[in-house]
Amino acid sequence: MSTLLSLRDVWVEYGDRIIIEKLDLDIQAGAFVSIIGPSGAGKSSFLRLILGQEAPTRGTILLDGAPLIPECGPDRGVVFQRYSVFPHLSALRNTILGMECAQAPLTGRLFGAARRAAKDEAAAMLTAVGLGDSMHLFPAQMSGGMQQRLAIAQALVKRPRILLLDEPFGALDPGIRADMHALIRGLWRDYSLTIIMVTHDIREAFTLGTRVLALDKRRHDPHAPHRFGATAVYDLPMRDRAENSLGSEEVLPLTE
Amino acid sequence: MLGALPILVLAVLYIVMAASRHAANPADKILPLPGSMAQSMAALIFQPDQLTGQLLFWADTLASLQRLGIGLGISTVLAIVIGLALGALPPVRAILGPLVTGIAVVPPIALLPILFIALGLGETAKVALIVVGIAPVMVRDIAAHVAALPREQIIKAQTLGASSWQVIIRVALPQAMPRLLQAMRLSLGPAWVFLISAEAIASDVGLGYRIFLVRRYLSMDVILPYVAWIAILAIVMDVTLNVMSQRLFPWAHGERH
Repeated sequence: MSTLLSLRDVWVEYGDRIIIEKLDLDIQAGAFVSIIGPSGAGKSSFLRLILGQEAPTRGTILLDGAPLIPECGPDRGVVFQRYSVFPHLSALRNTILGMECAQAPLTGRLFGAARRAAKDEAAAMLTAVGLGDSMHLFPAQMSGGMQQRLAIAQALVKRPRILLLDEPFGALDPGIRADMHALIRGLWRDYSLTIIMVTHDIREAFTLGTRVLALDKRRHDPHAPHRFGATAVYDLPMRDRAENSLGSEEVLPLTE
Repeated sequence: MLGALPILVLAVLYIVMAASRHAANPADKILPLPGSMAQSMAALIFQPDQLTGQLLFWADTLASLQRLGIGLGISTVLAIVIGLALGALPPVRAILGPLVTGIAVVPPIALLPILFIALGLGETAKVALIVVGIAPVMVRDIAAHVAALPREQIIKAQTLGASSWQVIIRVALPQAMPRLLQAMRLSLGPAWVFLISAEAIASDVGLGYRIFLVRRYLSMDVILPYVAWIAILAIVMDVTLNVMSQRLFPWAHGERH
């Protein structure tokens, strides 16, 4: 199992506020990493770093051995808790958008045979996430769970090296959440994804992840609480991916 | 249909008042009866003017609508181009933002003398007044709407491989369009104000010109129908824009697809 993403001595500081300090981390290809931790412990900053939305103040981040450019790019897909889908496009066109951007830099639109090919691929992906019958609905006509399914399909159609999930199921009710857990586990296995998921739900973190990282501050100065940043305080390997993929068809304790 | 009731009440009230004034003074000009209004308007609608040979009512309507249409059209193009750039590109906002704000806070009528001096008394100055009056507001509305798009959407588009240009044309522009139609609807009112003002001050044809011309003769029998006609035109435009928005951008109008 090769190292896909590695962080070396990474610090994130805003002015004199230290958010993340001395974070060393290697993430293997094919891992499902859950990130937990209290609010304000740098979970979102960590995600922004990997997303390329911001650069570390110090330290290096390597993706496939090459330094990560601090820009969002198609090699890292993302699903946010909300606003991940485009309200003005139908599910199908939401999913095609990624392919259109790559193939038509000027117009951002595809025509003819290229469009049909993209449509077929998008339709296959939508079917894979369970939206085969809802391809022509707009996001406003979909439930929260369907919108998250769409956001996942949208990201996966680009075949990202890493899929980042930012509390993806936080806004869903428990029954739907269990369905989504089964879906993401299935996709993770079928597409050999590497997933980093930030969550507030500890049960979710342990059920889904092959590795659970807890971010928190190791030290605390009561007179200057902002001077110490968070780092990985627990790094728990959950189970082996090989064992897991050999295992029977998803008998997960998904009772919420 | 319930909304027609107050209008009907007002109409009846007007006729009652006009009738009572005419009972006291048959030559009253302030509240003309519908009959005399119809007579005066028929002359303007059907009989060519002796001086110009034109059907004045239609010439006025055409001239005013043309000015309004060109003014609104230019403003709309400016709003979408500058508004998108201001909203989506922070460097553009830093450079042009204060200028747009500056123009927006100047009362347009105060600029009318400048426009007349710089552009002459012709059509250009009138159209320019409409543009100066409504474009800054529309630009700022679109810019604010684009800037308020959720950050997550922009990031998501970038992770799908979209360049800044693609984010603008595939994410920001389509979502600004329904807002643009709403901005046009809201700008119609001010646009009419500036049109009538410009026509009142310097013109030889137009709905505003006619109203201010016949005011000298206390011709309420022409003024009132003209005002009603302006109201009808404005309502038709408003409804048209709203229907267009619902047809073209159903996703922007809630669940009713």
